[in-house]
Amino acid sequence: MDKLELQKIANQIRIGAINAVHCASSGHPGGSLSAADILTYLYFVEMNIDPKNPKMDERDRFVLSKGHVTPGYYATLANRGYFDVSELATFRKVGTRLQGHPAMQYIDGIDMSSGSLGQGLSTAVGMAKAFQMDKKSNRVYALCGDGEIQEGQIWEAAMFAGSNHLDNLTVVVDNNNLQIDGSIEEVNSPYPIDKKFEAFNFNVITIDGHDFDEIAAGFKAAREFKGKPTVIIAKTIKGKGVSFMENNVAWHGSAPNDSQCDQAMADLMKGEVA
Amino acid sequence: MADKIATRISYGETLVELGKIHEDLVVLDADLAAATKTDMFKKAFPERFIDVGIAEANLMGIAAGMSTCGKVPFCSTFAMFAAGRAFEQVRNTIGYPHLNVKIGATHAGITVGEDGASHQCNEDLALMSTIPGMTVIVPSDDIEARAAVKAAYETYGPMYLRFGRAPVDVINDFEGYKFEIGKGVKLKEGKDITIIATGICVGNSLEAAKMLEADGISAEVINIHTIKPLDANIIIESAKKTNRVFTVEEHSIINGLGSQVASTLGENHPVKVTKIGMYDVFGESGPAAELLVKYQFDPTGIYNQIKAKL
Repeated sequence: MDKLELQKIANQIRIGAINAVHCASSGHPGGSLSAADILTYLYFVEMNIDPKNPKMDERDRFVLSKGHVTPGYYATLANRGYFDVSELATFRKVGTRLQGHPAMQYIDGIDMSSGSLGQGLSTAVGMAKAFQMDKKSNRVYALCGDGEIQEGQIWEAAMFAGSNHLDNLTVVVDNNNLQIDGSIEEVNSPYPIDKKFEAFNFNVITIDGHDFDEIAAGFKAAREFKGKPTVIIAKTIKGKGVSFMENNVAWHGSAPNDSQCDQAMADLMKGEVA
Repeated sequence: MADKIATRISYGETLVELGKIHEDLVVLDADLAAATKTDMFKKAFPERFIDVGIAEANLMGIAAGMSTCGKVPFCSTFAMFAAGRAFEQVRNTIGYPHLNVKIGATHAGITVGEDGASHQCNEDLALMSTIPGMTVIVPSDDIEARAAVKAAYETYGPMYLRFGRAPVDVINDFEGYKFEIGKGVKLKEGKDITIIATGICVGNSLEAAKMLEADGISAEVINIHTIKPLDANIIIESAKKTNRVFTVEEHSIINGLGSQVASTLGENHPVKVTKIGMYDVFGESGPAAELLVKYQFDPTGIYNQIKAKL
């Protein structure tokens, strides 16, 4: 799949995410947009998955440790064929399968329920450990927020992953630099993120999280690296693709109104033409 | 009566027994393997034993993840850390997705002894029972503990098993004993009062019932090894017969066995219920046997508490 195709898919995912949040009048657009390119690459290129056989044993696993970015995640699953894109309109509504945070009991294709920050990475580490024990080739991917890594449990999980040489695990940190209360440096700086993971015995790769060449190279390097888990620190822009949401923390967890949604769609349609 | 044995030892030995039969069984611990007795499994099956170190939150998450990849994890630490420190991990990452993780929590209650109140968890049954879909089991002796661990392996779903540090009498070595999750066991017939007990308090309640018998009080004794789902029938039936109920647990009287019995009877057959347990206080350091006397969980203590309220 070439770069242009991936960009188009990522744009569809961004459109789906904004629509879902708009329909629900609730949800987390900022981090969904920052993670959209990573999610696109994982689900359309990197992972060994089959939406028609979502529970196949040999599939790779994905854990959305930053579980609040369900708009981007669900839009990815829908565009990949796990369910119809029209279902995104039910997001966060009573009776929906598309819960505010991922719930594996509702959708085959969600490998783990998550949402309480800091907990997802441990489950991904558990999966990677199980595959390592069974000498299976399944790979495990976890997407964490850069604010999320303030949680102590992330480092419990990282210590175990490094100590157990889980080279079948790739952790992506969506480094958009913003969290609810402000920039991650203002609130409680996790920097230097690379040195921290290095010290926890990770292979560390830093990429531009919106450049598909760099994303591809990052995941390839992670797959080929033996003896240590890999963390990909993806430098991203919160709200990427929607002009008024970019780098604006106000869009972490709020929904656009009708006119804002129109404007967002207009921005994203420009991406469509390109 | 056979020798006393701590249920944590029954737990460790049964894990080894199950491990021989079931390749998918894995055991996780958080640097307490020698105390929780999972070290027996570690010795027998080192390749299926995982020590996550002193990181109980991560323990629960790793177990959850493994359970989605074809493993049946039993994870162990002290009750204080399993149900207390890691409550939210158990709730959100094991309970909410209803994963097949078995939490073998040892060193529950005041019989932890000398370590003192920081390690004496009297709140775990309350915490774990509030999680939807969580099964909560408190074996009363060696025989029941072994049966419970086997049943836990055979039954899908999240489960909390509470084991003790201190040796307890074997009481279930009688003909026809059968362990079934969610089914209480009537150990003694009686007509004047009903004593409903769980865990290590069952054996002592039986002894207390004998002392009451000498005073002419006929006490029925029921072992509730499964706190959740609670066997409402056996409780209601007995209450209909005696119309006076006492509950005994090495746990806070707030939201443990006693509260659940009282609530069940309140809805179905209101009778007077007296809860014997830890009365909204922390424990303290001391040998387990002496603490049981001080906090009135020994046979005489239970007898005296019942007599005082009759």
